[in-house]
Amino acid sequence: MKISKKGLRLFFIYVLCILIAIATLFPIYWTFIISAQSKLEIFSGPNFFPSTFHSENYTRPFLQDVYGRYLANSLIVATGNTLLVIVLAVMSTYAFSRFQIPGSSNIFFWTITNRMAPAAVFIVPFFLIFSRLGLRDTRIGLIILYCIFNLPFAIWLLKGMMDSIPKELDEAAMIDGCSIWGVLVRVIIPLAKPGIMVTAILTWIFAWNEYLFASILTNVKARTITTGLIEFVTVIGTNWGEMAAVSMVCLIPAVVFIGIAQQHIITGLTFGAVKD
Amino acid sequence: MRVKKTQVWGLISPTLILMILIGVIPVIYVIYLSVFKYSVFSKTGMVYVGFDNFRKLVFDASFLKSLSLGLTFVAICCLVEIPLGLLIANVLTYEFKGKGVFRTIMALPLAMAPVSIGSMWVLLTNPDVGPLPYFLGKIGVDYNIGVNATQAFATTVFMDVWHWTPFVILTFMAGLASLPKDPYEASLVDGANRWQTFRYITLPLLRPVILTTLFIRIMDTFRVFDEVWMLTSGGPGTATRFVSIHLVREVLRSMNYGYSSAMSLFLLYLTIVICWLLLTFISISQEEV
Repeated sequence: MKISKKGLRLFFIYVLCILIAIATLFPIYWTFIISAQSKLEIFSGPNFFPSTFHSENYTRPFLQDVYGRYLANSLIVATGNTLLVIVLAVMSTYAFSRFQIPGSSNIFFWTITNRMAPAAVFIVPFFLIFSRLGLRDTRIGLIILYCIFNLPFAIWLLKGMMDSIPKELDEAAMIDGCSIWGVLVRVIIPLAKPGIMVTAILTWIFAWNEYLFASILTNVKARTITTGLIEFVTVIGTNWGEMAAVSMVCLIPAVVFIGIAQQHIITGLTFGAVKD
Repeated sequence: MRVKKTQVWGLISPTLILMILIGVIPVIYVIYLSVFKYSVFSKTGMVYVGFDNFRKLVFDASFLKSLSLGLTFVAICCLVEIPLGLLIANVLTYEFKGKGVFRTIMALPLAMAPVSIGSMWVLLTNPDVGPLPYFLGKIGVDYNIGVNATQAFATTVFMDVWHWTPFVILTFMAGLASLPKDPYEASLVDGANRWQTFRYITLPLLRPVILTTLFIRIMDTFRVFDEVWMLTSGGPGTATRFVSIHLVREVLRSMNYGYSSAMSLFLLYLTIVICWLLLTFISISQEEV
């Protein structure tokens, strides 16, 4: 039997895709496996298909240990930061998109330079400023601080979406007696809603994922879950099962959100390179 | 359409004020701190020392080593990720069923918390629990990133490749999909083979996308922190102490804010220079095409 050239090519593509998918998913799968095993099972050598699910790895850190609070902090900080960023970004992007504002053409450069600078550069000033203002180890401190990378990103992402809403619409609304705020609330926000949702999701993910600032600026009260992850590695030994379980919980938002709005999220994650 | 200027400024001013507070003032503060000797442990408080911190910095062997190590890491990661991504994206240009699913899987590492990626690699490479040391041990390779410097460095490169090659693949796939079809038909008529088509058509057409992706990857690998910090904390010794990690360790260890500020400022300046050089290079080479 002769295999067609096209069929062969397709076969090759699928083999490649499956290999890449396995390579991508294996570390996640392995983490899940470790999180499902008891201490004894973990140390008895690699077991790729455990038969039992040791749920204590999940329940103990979150219900008895401090990770329940860390999780709550992460949720509050990420949500608070997203709300703040979205309100500010929608307002200012509307202005950037509709009116002549000096310097507005530099938004993109502003975004990338903010993203490109090593975050470590800012830890000394923020540590000192936050200590002086009493913002250290507070959730509100992190909520404000995360705007430094999320706000320019949100503005940049929203700008493209708002630019595509026809100007005639807000002009018509203004003739009907709407103020500038009325146009924003009644015309722009409803039309840009999908874009705003995607921006909100990405902002939320970035705030949830942040580690360095949270680790330097929080001690006990406002610690986030990413910061808590590193606390597992101790001199007296690491509780691998629980560390894996907390890692898995850290991953949930990424998986859920990519599942909900995959194409738009991918566009945002690749900085607008992937458009469909 | 007449809109009062004050109303427009009302829309932007909250953003502007916040960004000045958290984006501009800290930088000014770093500049200010960098000319002082200021350590939490010293009783003298802040002492003005002029450019002494910077003079110390250029002769600081451990800082220079972390800088060169960081740049080596950038070079190796980009040299692996860009060609690999290009190759895979090229094979995957054809439409096939399940492309969307494949893309979603590849986007996963991009959205995951870098620290949890670090912890996943800890679980893979730890001598007690990881499958990597276990299976490498079976074939006689003694793999322990807590001890072996070369293996630790290679593992951080591997982790970065795992984390970011999907980004390169996704960008290149999108770039390839947007290329015009005519040159390919012409080359088919002229009887060009696959390599020639790739070399003389795909590569030049894709150049802007490749350069932009390379730019993003260079800047991102240069500032890498979370994953490596979680996996090796810069060790063993200084084997994976890239420049961000060196800076954070310095701050935590010495609490010498003046000197750390000088280091931060130098790094910030270096980032801006690299950023500017690369962007200039990209725009020049774009004009040539």
